[in-house]
Amino acid sequence: MTNLDFTIVLPYINLFFRGALTAVEITLLAVLIGIFIGTFVGMGKMSRVLILKLICSTYVEIIRGTPLLVQLLIFYFGLPQILGFTIPEFPAAVLALGINSGGYVAEIVRGGILAVDRGQMEAARSLGMSHAQAMRYIILPQAFKKMIPPLGNEFVTLLKNSSLATTIGFQELTRAAQIVAGSTYRPFEPYITAAAFYLIMTLGFSWILGVLERRLAAGD
Amino acid sequence: MIEVRDLHKSFGKLEVLKGISTRIDKGEVVVIIGPSGSGKSTFLRCLNLLERPNRGEIKIEGKSLMDPCTDINKIRQDVGMVFQHFNLFPHKTVIENITLAPVKVRGVNPKEAQERAMELLNRVGLAGKAGCYPSSLSGGQKQRVAIARALAMNPKVMLFDEPTSALDPEMIKEVLDVMKDLAAEGMTMVVVTHEMGFAREVGDRVMFMDEGMIVEEGRPEEIFERPQNQRTREFLSKIL
Repeated sequence: MTNLDFTIVLPYINLFFRGALTAVEITLLAVLIGIFIGTFVGMGKMSRVLILKLICSTYVEIIRGTPLLVQLLIFYFGLPQILGFTIPEFPAAVLALGINSGGYVAEIVRGGILAVDRGQMEAARSLGMSHAQAMRYIILPQAFKKMIPPLGNEFVTLLKNSSLATTIGFQELTRAAQIVAGSTYRPFEPYITAAAFYLIMTLGFSWILGVLERRLAAGD
Repeated sequence: MIEVRDLHKSFGKLEVLKGISTRIDKGEVVVIIGPSGSGKSTFLRCLNLLERPNRGEIKIEGKSLMDPCTDINKIRQDVGMVFQHFNLFPHKTVIENITLAPVKVRGVNPKEAQERAMELLNRVGLAGKAGCYPSSLSGGQKQRVAIARALAMNPKVMLFDEPTSALDPEMIKEVLDVMKDLAAEGMTMVVVTHEMGFAREVGDRVMFMDEGMIVEEGRPEEIFERPQNQRTREFLSKIL
């Protein structure tokens, strides 16, 4: 214990901040992609068109049934072999995480839609709205409210999972810790520092989410 | 105005409607009574295709609901419905609940829809609640807003599915009063209810349903004073 010295990370602290910022960037972009994909896939899974339902279900099963790390490796190292060109680290990480997130968000979307009372759809349809109008004006806005807590969890999970981008050599927070550990020969302090950065970000985000939830609940 | 011929509906193996035939004329108030599980709500919900009948025919103003070419959304615009559990849109204010469909479905301009909505809210005695969210209203107030919402589409017929069954006793009257006014103005109404007082006073015709069939129908005084069928007599003796 006596040889612990956290001042050794101080000269590198900018590296950590930049890494944290990058982690947030990846996560935000990935969540946006995830929500976009997830909304369609989630609704697709509930579709009456059998082929659409099958495609969307398969997508969700594959995403949820395989490790994110492997998906990431396929994206960065595997795909270039087929495509004939490499995808740079940043878009590769964002896309892999986003496509992964889409699978989970799809289930969140589906759960949110199913949680809206059946009478809402009936009331909307009885007023002459089409299925699409009822979805857009009545069901989805209510479903979205119910989706916020699980979407928040998804964001936190994704933020932590962004550390996997280290494996494709991307300069984010975990990679910063690795670099510092390598150049100081002291792994403990930099990794603890990285962990602290992640923790502060996830706690901060959970707090913001809590405030948002209370605000929205006030409207009910 | 509405013609129903040999309507059948099953849920899985359970046959809920076993051949319903009737007609409802313009301006008529038809009250459907009967024990729970008799198929009266299902019948009502078939009239705007919230339930799809297995066979039979429904025509509203000559247009067949069973014809796949019929645009059901178009038909529903003219058929208002009020539900037992109100089904107001909780994320919209009272006035938004009422203006949404006229604006989005009928393409009425928002300002006109607002004016019309205020008119309707005045009529159901809730003009002061225009900006409120449904969660802040009592059950009776919610149901009156729901009626205003349906009326905003200027329907040719109104369907009521047990509109007072989910209400506390002291709120039933305020909803029934709105419905009475509506009937007095000549609205064509089909009402599923357990309110026998309403059926007797407002109904032009009472229809007694049991086990998926219309057992007996006629003028309220005939059904209530001189029921012809044994099952009608039994039902009425239990509830009156």
